[in-house]
Amino acid sequence: MPLPRTRGTALRQQLAELRGPDVPAKALDARALAALAANPGCRRRAILDGAGVNKATLASALGSPSAFGQSQFALTRGNAFEAKVKADGGAELLRLVHEKLDRAAEPPAHARVPELTAIGPEGRTARTALALREATEARGEWTLLDHPMLALDVAGSPAFLEPDAVVVHPDGSWTVVEIKSFPMLDGSADPAKVGAAARQAAVYVLALEEVAARMEPSPEVRHRVLLVCPKDFSNLPTASAVDVRKQRAVTGRQLARLTRIQDIADTLPEGTCFDPARPAEELTAAVESVPATYAPECLAACELAFHCRDRSRAAGAVTSLGRSVRAELGALTTVPDVLAAARGEAGDPADPTVVALRRAAALRAEALDTGAPGTGALGTGVSGADVLGAAACR
Amino acid sequence: MSLISTLARLEAVSTGRAQPAATVRHRHLADHPLVFVPLTTAGEAGAPLGALVGTDRDAPRLLVVPQPRDRDLRFQFLAELADVVLPYVDSYAGAVEAAERNETDPETGKRVKVEVELCADAPQLIVPSRAGIDFVRLLGRSMRFRRTAEQDPEAPHPAPPRVPLLGRWLTHFGERARVPGSALLLAATELLSRHWATGQSTLEDQHLGALLAWIDPPEGMTGAEAALAAELARDAKGQLLHPPAGPATDPAFDNKLLAPAIERYDRARTALAAAEDGLEADDRLGELTAAERAIRDLVASRTRPTWDAVWRGLDLLRELPEGARVEERWTRDRWSFTSHRDRITAGEPPQPRRDDAVTAANKLATREREQARLEAQEALDDPLVMAGRRLSGEAFAGEVTDVVMTYSEGKRPSPRPLVTLRTDDRPHLGERVKVYRSLGGKPQSAEFVGYDDDCVVLRVLDKMGRGKEPEAGSVPEKGDRLCFTLFEHEQRGGAKLPDPEDTPWTHGGPPGEATHEAADPLTAEDVL
Repeated sequence: MPLPRTRGTALRQQLAELRGPDVPAKALDARALAALAANPGCRRRAILDGAGVNKATLASALGSPSAFGQSQFALTRGNAFEAKVKADGGAELLRLVHEKLDRAAEPPAHARVPELTAIGPEGRTARTALALREATEARGEWTLLDHPMLALDVAGSPAFLEPDAVVVHPDGSWTVVEIKSFPMLDGSADPAKVGAAARQAAVYVLALEEVAARMEPSPEVRHRVLLVCPKDFSNLPTASAVDVRKQRAVTGRQLARLTRIQDIADTLPEGTCFDPARPAEELTAAVESVPATYAPECLAACELAFHCRDRSRAAGAVTSLGRSVRAELGALTTVPDVLAAARGEAGDPADPTVVALRRAAALRAEALDTGAPGTGALGTGVSGADVLGAAACR
Repeated sequence: MSLISTLARLEAVSTGRAQPAATVRHRHLADHPLVFVPLTTAGEAGAPLGALVGTDRDAPRLLVVPQPRDRDLRFQFLAELADVVLPYVDSYAGAVEAAERNETDPETGKRVKVEVELCADAPQLIVPSRAGIDFVRLLGRSMRFRRTAEQDPEAPHPAPPRVPLLGRWLTHFGERARVPGSALLLAATELLSRHWATGQSTLEDQHLGALLAWIDPPEGMTGAEAALAAELARDAKGQLLHPPAGPATDPAFDNKLLAPAIERYDRARTALAAAEDGLEADDRLGELTAAERAIRDLVASRTRPTWDAVWRGLDLLRELPEGARVEERWTRDRWSFTSHRDRITAGEPPQPRRDDAVTAANKLATREREQARLEAQEALDDPLVMAGRRLSGEAFAGEVTDVVMTYSEGKRPSPRPLVTLRTDDRPHLGERVKVYRSLGGKPQSAEFVGYDDDCVVLRVLDKMGRGKEPEAGSVPEKGDRLCFTLFEHEQRGGAKLPDPEDTPWTHGGPPGEATHEAADPLTAEDVL
C-alpha cells in the first residue's frame, strides 16, 4: 500500500509526469528566472520551467527550433577570464571586493576558500549553507565561496542557482560577485548587458537572503553586488559596484506573483505530457492547453518564443507587434478587429479608442491621398495631401 | 509610437506588405556612400573578424583577420581598412566653398562674421544596423590613442601609420551619429524602418533581412513568409541561409565552420614556423595560404548577402523624393565634417576618453536642439508625419472662411488681420497660444483668439512687411487651405555656456591642462 502522499511529493510526481517518464529535469538557472520574472503572466513558461522541461528540445520537436546558442569563442574567452579572476585563491577578486565595496575593512591578505563539493544539488546547497554559517562566524576573516549552490522556491518548486562567487566580509556580511566577459570600456559597459547581469545578481541576492533568514542572528546580504569585467580591450579584470535594490525588489515581487505551479498543473487535462519524443500534434495540443502571454521581448529570452509568435500571429493578436501597441488599442485585441473599427465597419462609436482610430485612419488616408474615408474632412476639391503639401512648401 | 504608425503596422499585417511611414525621404543619401559591413569575433572586444567595404556595389573590398586574436594580423586589417576609408574621406576634404560664420571677436567681444571654408560635400558611411554604428565607435576608440613608430619610437607594438588617424575619424562618425537627423553615419535598418512600417515589432525590425522582406517581398510570397525565411531558414548543414547583418555572427557558424577553419590556419602557421628546409617551407606555405583562403571565403559568404541587402535598401530609399529640408540638415553634417577636418589639420590631440563638463553639456544641448529641429522639419516636409502631429493636437489644417483686417494699437498701426479657419482637427489651443505656418519657407506666427462656432480664429502677427498695408500674398485669403503648427519651426540655441576654463566647481571646475592621453597598455593577457 503506497504511503499517503503529501502535497509536495504529489506535485513533484505530477511535474515528473508532465515532463515525461524518462526525461531528466532541466534545472532553472538565474538567467531563466530573471526572464520568467520579466513576463510573470506567462503560464506556459511557468509550468514548463517549473516542471524542468527542456524548452529548446521541446521547441525543436514542435517544429519551431529556438535560435539560442553560444559561440565557442565567447565560451572559451568567458571561462578563461573567470579562471583568471579567481586564480591564486581569488586574490585579485578579493582585492576588487575590498577596493570597491568595503574599504574600511582589513585588506584581504589571505582568505578562506572552503571546499563546496557534495553530491547532488541538494547536497551542494546544504554544504554551501554550512560554509556560509562557518564563514559568518569566523569574524575578521575574508571568505570566498567559489560557485556555491543556492536554492530558491519558485512558484512552489525549488530552483537551484549557482552564482559565480559569494564573498563573506570580515564583518560577516555577504556579497554576490558576477563575472562577465563583456568589456568595461573607459569605466562604462553596455547598459543592456549590465542590466541583465544586475537582474541575474538580484536573483542570487534573493536566494542568499533566504539562507540568511534561517540563521540567528541573520547576517546582512549586501544589496550592492560586484560586477567584474575585462578592462577596455585587455583581459585584465576591473570591477564596479552595482546597486541591485531595484532589480531585487522587482524580481522578488514578480516571483511572488507567479501563479502557483500547482494551480496551473491542476487545470491541465489528464494525461498531458511535454515529452519531446511524442508526436508533434500531441505535443502541440499539450502546449496549447496552457495559455501563453507572448510579446516580442520573449524572442530574446525564451526558447519557445518562435512557436508562441506563430500562434500569436495566426490568432491576429496585436501584442505580436509589441506591448506598447497593445496598450494603445484598449479593448481591441486582434488585427481584424482594429482594422474593422478603423474603417468604421465595427466597433462602438462611443469608445474613445475607436474614435481615435477612425481619426487616425482618416488623417493617414488623407496624407497618403488614397481617397479613402476622410478626404472630405477638409471640404471638397483639393485633396488633403495637396493642402498640406502646399502649406509646407509655401 | 503614434496611433497612425500603429495603424500602418496593422495594415502591413493584413496586406502582407510594409506600408509607407513617410512620403518623402527624410535623410540625405550621398551619391557615393561608403558601405561598411563588419564582422566581429564573439566574446572579444574590438577584435574584428573581417569586413566588406567600398563605394562600388559590384566590387567590395574584402578584409579578413584569419586569426582574430593575433595583434599583428589585427593591425594589418586596420591598416588595410584605413587604406580604403581615409582616401575616401580625404576626397571630400579638398573641395571647399566660402561660407560665413558668426564668431565672437576676442578684442571687442562683438559678434562678427568671419569668412571660413566649408567642404562642398561630405563623406557618408552606411552600416547595416544599429550594432554596426556601435562597432564603428568601438573601432574608433580602440585605434585613436594608438601611437605609430613615427610618433613614439619607444612604443612597443607601434600601430601602422594611418591607423590612429582612422580611429579619430571613426570616432567622429560615431559621435555624429548620436545627433538626431545627422547623416554622416547611418544604419540601413534605421533608415528603412523610418520610412516603412512593417507587420512586425520594432524589435524584429532590427533584422535587416526581415525588414527588407516586408518592404520588398520576393514574387509570390507575403512579407511575413519572406521575413520568417530571412530570420530562420537554415540549410542542410544547419547554417542560416540569410546570415545576420552583424557585426556578431551566428553561433552555429562560429562553432561548425569558423572554429575548424581557424584551427587549421593555426596548425598551418605553426607547421610553417617549424619547417626545417626551403622545400618543406614551400609546401607548408601552400597549406597556410589555402587555410587563409578558406577563412576568406567563409567571411565573404557571411558578409556578401548583407552587403547586397544594404545596397538594395539604398535603392528602395532612393525611389523616395528627398524632403525639402533634408539638404539643410546635410549642410550641418558638412559643417561637422569640416570642423573635424580642421581639428586634424591643426594637429589637435584625439578626442578624449571623457568629455569635460562644458563639452558634454554642449553635446547634450546640441542633441536636444537637433531632435526638436528634426521633429519640426519632418512634419513640415511630410504630410504623413504632420498627420501624426495633427492627431496629437499639435497642428491643425483647414480652410480659411473669413479674413477681417484689423490693426495694432500704437503710434504706427501695423496690420493684424483676423483669420477664421474651419478645421476638423482638435488642437490644444489655449488663450493667446502662438501658432505657426510656413510662408515661403519661413515661419509666420499667429496667435489664437478664440472659437467662432466650430472655427478657429487667429490673429496673424508678422511677416507682412513694414508698411500699413500688408505685402501681397502675406495674408491668407478666403478659400486658402492652411496648416498651422503649435510647435516652432526653427530652433533657437540655448543659453551660452561658460568657457571650459571658467567651469564652476559644481561641475568639476576647470579641466586644467590638456594631458596627453596614453594608449591602452598592451599586456600579455590581451591575447589568449
